[in-house]
Amino acid sequence: MEHQMDKLLFGDNQFFGINHMSEEKARAQAMRFQDSSAIMDVLDVAYDAGIRTFMCTTHDRIAEIAEIVRNNPERYPDFLFYPCMPYAHKYANAVTDFGMMGAVQHFMPEGGMLQTALRGGAALATKDVDGIAKILIDAEMKMFKGLNTPVVFMQNVFTDLLLGLGFGRALRVFHDHVRETYNAEPGFITMNMPLCLEVLEREGIENPIICSNINKIGFRMCGGAEAYKAAMEAGRVRAVAMSVYASGAIPPAEAIEWVSELPNLESIVFGASSRANIHSTRDLVAQHMGGTNA
Amino acid sequence: MTERLKIAVVGLGKMGLSHFSLVGAHPQAETMACDAAGFMVDVLSKNVPHTIWKDYDKLLSDGAPQAVVIATPSRLHAPMVRAALEKGVHVFCEKPFCLDWREAEELADLADKKGLINQVGYHYRHVGAFQEMKRLVDAGAIGRITHVMAEAYGPVVLRPKKQSWRTTKSEGGGCLYDYAAHPLNLLNWFFGTPAEVTGSVLNSIFSEGTDDEVFSTLRFEGGQTAQMSVNWSDESHRKMSTKISMIGTNGRLYADRQECQVYLREEVPGLDGYGTGWNVKYTTELTQESWFYLRGEEYSNQMDAFIRSCLGETAQLGTDFRDAAATDRSIAMILQNAETGQAVGEAPTPVTPQPAKRRGWFGR
Repeated sequence: MEHQMDKLLFGDNQFFGINHMSEEKARAQAMRFQDSSAIMDVLDVAYDAGIRTFMCTTHDRIAEIAEIVRNNPERYPDFLFYPCMPYAHKYANAVTDFGMMGAVQHFMPEGGMLQTALRGGAALATKDVDGIAKILIDAEMKMFKGLNTPVVFMQNVFTDLLLGLGFGRALRVFHDHVRETYNAEPGFITMNMPLCLEVLEREGIENPIICSNINKIGFRMCGGAEAYKAAMEAGRVRAVAMSVYASGAIPPAEAIEWVSELPNLESIVFGASSRANIHSTRDLVAQHMGGTNA
Repeated sequence: MTERLKIAVVGLGKMGLSHFSLVGAHPQAETMACDAAGFMVDVLSKNVPHTIWKDYDKLLSDGAPQAVVIATPSRLHAPMVRAALEKGVHVFCEKPFCLDWREAEELADLADKKGLINQVGYHYRHVGAFQEMKRLVDAGAIGRITHVMAEAYGPVVLRPKKQSWRTTKSEGGGCLYDYAAHPLNLLNWFFGTPAEVTGSVLNSIFSEGTDDEVFSTLRFEGGQTAQMSVNWSDESHRKMSTKISMIGTNGRLYADRQECQVYLREEVPGLDGYGTGWNVKYTTELTQESWFYLRGEEYSNQMDAFIRSCLGETAQLGTDFRDAAATDRSIAMILQNAETGQAVGEAPTPVTPQPAKRRGWFGR
C-alpha cells in the first residue's frame, strides 16, 4: 500500500552547520549541535509537537540519533525516518584520498566478488555496476536497521549529477532497489524538478516523490516556477517542498499560505532549532493545510 | 531553433564530472567527453547518451568540437589548451591555468590572435556576493582602501595521504595552487597584479611534497596592502570557505559566498540601497538564477557564460586567460618570495598626502 506522507516533515540542515544565509550562523549552529543530545532535544520538541517524520542525511551523527530512537521504542512509537543518501562529502573525500577507482573499492565489502573484479581492472559488466550501486545503498541504510523508513531519498547533488550526465538508468536502479529490498517508496531530492520528473517518466516511473525548492519568490527553482506548477497541477508528481521560507527571505505566514494553495503539494520539509519556530511552523501548517499529519 | 555548440569536457575527475553534468544539461550544448580508458570512462560509455573519446588528438581531429573544457591535472593544461587553440577551438580551462605564467601569457596572446573565447574556472568570480564586492570597490564605496584580508580555509588534507598530482608541487598540487589561487584571483580582479610580494610562508602540515598553508603580504599599485591567509587542513570548515574583508577611509567591506556586508561612514552618492552604518545583502537577493543547479549557481552561471559567449550570444565573462595569467604570475611571485626570503617586485610608491603647510615642528 502506498505510504501517505505527513504534511510537515522535519529536516536536518540546521544540525550540521548548513545555512544558506550566513557562515556565522552556520558555525554557531555547528557548535550548538556538536553533541547529539542537543539534536535529540530539538527532535523531542518536534516529535511532541506532532511532527514525527525526520528527513535526514546518512551522516555519521545520524547513526547516533537512530540508535537512541531504536533503544527507546516506548518514547518514540511513531517516529519515522526518511533517509537521504548518499552523504556526498564522505564519497568526495574518499575520491580525493583514493582516486575514483580506489574510492569505489574502498566501499566494497572486503574480499567480495566486486572488489576482486575492480582490483582486476577488467571492464565491468552493466550488472556489476548495478551491483555496486546496491551495495552502496545497503551500506547507507545499515544505520536504520529495525527502524521505520517508509521513504528513502536520493540526495540532490547525486540526483542532479546523474540528471546532467544523462545517466537516468541509475535513478531507476535506485528506485527498484529501494522498493524491492526496503519495501519503501523511493524519493528524489533535486534542484531541477521539471527535468528530474521528465527523466523519471522516461525511465517508466510514474507519479514519483520529488523533493525540491518550492517557494513564493522562485528561489533555486531551476527550470522555472511555472514548470513546477504545471507538473503539480497535472498531478504528475508527489511534491515535497523545501526552502519554503527561501532561507528566511519570505515571512513565515506568507510563505506557508502561498505553498498551501499549490495543487497536489503533499508535504513541506523545514528545519528549525527553537521551540518557538517549530511550534509556529506547525501552527501555520495546521491552519493552512488542515493539520500536520497525513 | 537555437544554435547548439559542439563541446567536449576533457578529464573526468571530480571537477570534470561536474562540468560534464553541467554541460550535458545545457540546452544549447551538444556534449562529448574525453578521458583515458578506465573505470569511469567504462561506466559512462555504457550509460550516458554522449560520445566519450579516449584520445585527445582524435577528439580534436575526428570529434571536431567547437569548444573544449579542460579539467585535467594542471601540468597538462598548457599543452592541451595550445593544441585546442591551434585547431581554432574555444577553450575553458580549470584553474590554476598554467604552472609557468609566461606560457599563460603566450596562450592569452594566441587566443587573442585567433579571436577565440578563453575562460578559466575561477568560479568565485560568478558568486553574487563577490560580484557585489567588486561593484562596491569600483564605485569607491568605502573610500581609499588600504587594508585587505583574503582568507580561504577548508578540509582537504587532514592526514598524510597517498601521493598524487594534487600533492606534487611540480605538477600544480598543493594549497597555494589549489586553494590560495582563488582569493588571489579575487585580489587580482579588485586590484591587479601585486607590485610587491613579501612575507610569504608556505608550510607543509601533513603533505610530504607540498604546502598545506600559505601566508603572504601583497602590495598593490593602488596603495592597498593585502594579507593572505590560507589553510586547507582545517576540519572545522565543512567545505571550502573563502572570505575577503577590506577597510577603507569610508568604511569596511566584507564578502563570502553567502553574503556581502558593508559599513559606510558616510552615504555614497549614486549608490542606491546603501546607507550610513551596516548594510547586508544575502545570496538570495544577489543570486542570478541558473538554468540548471548542481552545486551552486556560480558553477552553472560560469559554464553558461562560456557556452553562450562561444555562440556569440554574449560578451566573454569571468576570468579570461590574461586575468588567469596575472594570478599565475602572482603565484610565481609568492613561490619565489617564500623560497628566497627576498621581496619580489618593487614596493609601490606610497600614496602620500600633500604635506600641510608647515607651521612648526609639531605642525600645529
